[in-house]
Amino acid sequence: MESLIAILVGVLFATGTYCLMRRSIVKLVIGVVLISQGANLLVFTSGGLLAGRPAFVPVDGIVPPAPFGDPLPQAMVLTAIVIGFGLTAFLLALVTRAHEAVGDDDINAFNNTDT
Amino acid sequence: MNQYSLLLPLLLPLVGALCLLLGHRSLTFQRAGGVAFASATFAFSLYLVFVVDQAEFVVIQMGNWSAPFGISLVADRFSAVMVAVSSFMGAAVAVYALAEIDEARLKKFFFPLYLILIFGVNGAFLTGDLFNLFVWFEIMLIASFVLISMGGEKGELEGGLKYVCLNLLSSVMFLAGVGIIYGKTGTLNMADIAVALSTAEDVNWVISSSMLLLVSFGLKAGMFPFFFWLPASYHTPPSAVSAVFAGLLTKVGVYALFRAYTLMFAPIFPEVQPLILWLAILTMVTGVFGAASHFDMRRILSFHIVSQIGYMILGLAFMTPLALAAAIFYLVHHIIVKTNLFLVSGVVIRLKGTCDLAKVGGLCKSAPWLAFLFFIPAFSLGGIPPLSGFWAKFALVKSGIEIESWYAVTAALLVGVLTLYSMTKIWGEAFWKKQPEDTDAQPLPNPVGRLSYMVAPIAVLALSTVLIGIFGEPLFNFSERAAAQLLNPQEYISAVLQTEVEVLP
Repeated sequence: MESLIAILVGVLFATGTYCLMRRSIVKLVIGVVLISQGANLLVFTSGGLLAGRPAFVPVDGIVPPAPFGDPLPQAMVLTAIVIGFGLTAFLLALVTRAHEAVGDDDINAFNNTDT
Repeated sequence: MNQYSLLLPLLLPLVGALCLLLGHRSLTFQRAGGVAFASATFAFSLYLVFVVDQAEFVVIQMGNWSAPFGISLVADRFSAVMVAVSSFMGAAVAVYALAEIDEARLKKFFFPLYLILIFGVNGAFLTGDLFNLFVWFEIMLIASFVLISMGGEKGELEGGLKYVCLNLLSSVMFLAGVGIIYGKTGTLNMADIAVALSTAEDVNWVISSSMLLLVSFGLKAGMFPFFFWLPASYHTPPSAVSAVFAGLLTKVGVYALFRAYTLMFAPIFPEVQPLILWLAILTMVTGVFGAASHFDMRRILSFHIVSQIGYMILGLAFMTPLALAAAIFYLVHHIIVKTNLFLVSGVVIRLKGTCDLAKVGGLCKSAPWLAFLFFIPAFSLGGIPPLSGFWAKFALVKSGIEIESWYAVTAALLVGVLTLYSMTKIWGEAFWKKQPEDTDAQPLPNPVGRLSYMVAPIAVLALSTVLIGIFGEPLFNFSERAAAQLLNPQEYISAVLQTEVEVLP
């Protein structure tokens, strides 16, 4: 299972990078989103995957029965997803405004501030 | 009491931002509150420096979860001085913003976002937890994203888009690196990661994740070859925003590099040292050549941020006590000087309507006070004695000679000369030459506030540059003590992993 997700992370990073290399600003956004999802999945998997072993403390115990899934990467990935969601929303709004201002979807038209 | 000294530089801007949001109808309240909270943050950050210098470390475990399980906030001398100098810039630029930020931007919550930016920057300096550092970066970034694209003009939106995309990618790299480090060490506390890596048998795996962090922090710092977003975006927003970005945001990246490679990745530092050294050299050289090829004041200054970042990272690459002390001194000097130069460029825009050097001229005659105020930071940046930049460069070059790193020393000296060339170019074009007849350079039609609000912070920053230059010894001694702390991570680790906060002796 972990190797499968590792491959999926690689695929997400690769497709994201491919989208970033395209010339459309919409594909730029898609690329950023794909890469950030890849990173989220990577963090999620980093603690190891254990099916059906939540870290619940039984009524009469003080520690969860081993082995149990590590809840911390899930908390981290939740934070990262929320942050990523907000930033993606902002990026979409920014791309829309920039598209209105520049009047073109082509990245090559966005060279007025370049050096 | 010690704990409050650490919390106040974080809580004050946050509370300030919330207050300003509640009182968003009154623009006077926005202006007054923005300046008041930024100044209060500066005042308490000075107190933090005082406390930390006495107590070595101030540590707070948030929610009383003992390290490494909870989130630790840590202030050592390096982070305390960074908080102090960035809050100083925060206060100075807040005053400057009174005269530059127009009503439309104030109504779009300029000052609350500005305070949130300071909140994020201070938090990034004070956290002792790797994932928490990611969150502080995001707080800082989202505020800066809005600030850079707030005006909605074409240039701002374009520059903002480049800035946002590259910084999002850098965050992703950071997150991936954090994930791998957590998967391997099972902890996120930086001190605990350092313990885990120094006791591990095989640490070579961490080189890959340290590279992810190097790329991420390097992107934020504007290091070669990741700096291209910086000169493409920093000249677009109002000068107050450019100035605070130029002073603070890239330095957060530099700070994170220092923290990572002196604490967590200290065991593998010898392996990556040549890489960091060459990246630093290339950063210095490409930045200064980029600046030499430009003819717009703010673009020249943006490229100089890049080249100066190289000097600081060079100090990290040398990794001797003198080099680290020089780099810390350099950071303080650079933040003050670079912010000041961007503020001066804002005054030039106000007086002439543009800062394109081809259209501006005659400022030496029409505004001799401005020429004087430009002269100080510009020639401090170039490294002319007795201004602050001279001592920073002198210490850095001396440490390079001590370890016989001749390429780096040659590059540092050469780049210093070229920096002086760029500053002389601005001086000659904008201040000395006659105002070109055939251009349409006019003062801005509707200036927002009184010019004295712009001049006062510039004068204060210029004065502090001179003072650091003439009476630099206390600051340099402080930098040496801070560098000694950085080189001895064991103290940091034992300070953080203890449950009790150290008390004043």
